[in-house]
Amino acid sequence: MDITTMTGMLLEGFGTTITIFALTLVGSIPLAVPIALARMSRFLPLRTLARVYISILRGTPLMLQMFAIYFAPYYVFGIELTPDSKWQACIIAFIVNYAAYFAEIYRSGIQSIPRGQYEAAEVLGYSRAQTFARIVLPQVIKRILPSMGNEVITLVKDTSLAFAIGVAEMFSTAKALVASQVSMVPFAISAVFYWVFNFLVEIIIGRVEKKLDYYHD
Amino acid sequence: MAEPVFAMEHVSKAFGGNVVLRDISLSVEPGEVVAIIGPSGGGKSTLLRCATTLEQIDSGTLSYGDLQVATTDASGNVAYLKGDALRRAKSRFGLVFQSYNLFPHMSVLKNIMDAPIVVQKRDRAEVEREARALIAKMGLTGTEDKVPCQLSGGQQQRASIARALALNPDILFFDEPTSALDPELTGEVLKVIRQLAAEDITMIIVTHEMAFARDVADRVVFMDGGMIVEEGDPAEVLANPKQERTRAFLARYSG
Repeated sequence: MDITTMTGMLLEGFGTTITIFALTLVGSIPLAVPIALARMSRFLPLRTLARVYISILRGTPLMLQMFAIYFAPYYVFGIELTPDSKWQACIIAFIVNYAAYFAEIYRSGIQSIPRGQYEAAEVLGYSRAQTFARIVLPQVIKRILPSMGNEVITLVKDTSLAFAIGVAEMFSTAKALVASQVSMVPFAISAVFYWVFNFLVEIIIGRVEKKLDYYHD
Repeated sequence: MAEPVFAMEHVSKAFGGNVVLRDISLSVEPGEVVAIIGPSGGGKSTLLRCATTLEQIDSGTLSYGDLQVATTDASGNVAYLKGDALRRAKSRFGLVFQSYNLFPHMSVLKNIMDAPIVVQKRDRAEVEREARALIAKMGLTGTEDKVPCQLSGGQQQRASIARALALNPDILFFDEPTSALDPELTGEVLKVIRQLAAEDITMIIVTHEMAFARDVADRVVFMDGGMIVEEGDPAEVLANPKQERTRAFLARYSG
């Protein structure tokens, strides 16, 4: 098999990789907001719940979470697994796992905003929602951007964990090709794909950072 | 006599077991400038924070004109205005912080315009006209589109005064407005406050600038130990204090 054919097959897997990546971000970035707010809630049970959630999802392997979410419906509720179950379990696991990380990043960002900002807004008569949307959030975004960039780059590589549950993303394809072709070239090609993709991610994050660089505090 | 712009009566406040304000009563007439002086930890800043509802009082009453913001019933429970009523009350006063607390991500113009547009829902064009006039008045022409980090401390403080004035408050509170500034920048901030005093803007100013208090204030209030120890005509209080504690405090200042 020549390199072009292998690259073509890997590219197909790369489509799945990008889908996992995109769906994870689309799901986890918003999901992390209520988790972060719960984590900072004055209501103790809610705060504890968020804390436990974050602790478990950050404290156990993503691969294991994927299996747990894949098998739980069958073992707990006796629901038959379908061919789609793997894919669904994979996406859900990625979303809930990354939401835990993002929630902690949001929390640290929100808590790093000086109290004086809230007090100034309060005296000027802003409501709580207005204070958050107009004063706090824009500053939080700037502050958390580097940490978010880190996580997003990790996510690109973490998508390869989906191979463990049998989702045919790029790394699964590469492994299969390595075995059948008795060649390391598929690994090398997939490495280039990951790196180029992350290089683009870096450029995008860099652009946003530059855009927000018009002020310091 | 006209109705006081601001009045607090029998206000007490403690943090845990530490009593910071003891039965304070203070009211301000329209156009009056009151300077509050006294040692650190004497309760000056807490008084301003209670007056501006950043801290809740433990007992007493708080009112702005005809609006009772906080009242204490017979059994000693303090009740505050809520929601829209409280927001309406808040538009009657402004607070200038020691550390400015401008919004760092907004330009000077936006810092000044945002609250009138978002909170008071006023017309943007009209707000902008007023904001530009305030910028000129504060000597900030040319900084409209700059962000706070591009300004000197004195400019930032003048921008924050403009931000407070943009809501057309009946009274302006200043919490040690020049304590974070060097003498030169202090001068330019005091100059605009003097200008506001000349325009009969009602103000309560917590300050360590004794000469400024004497020149600008209509009344000086000396606070120590959470109480108003002495108050009166600035020249009188600063030159011939009646209370021993006031004398001791002022002696340290004149060296």
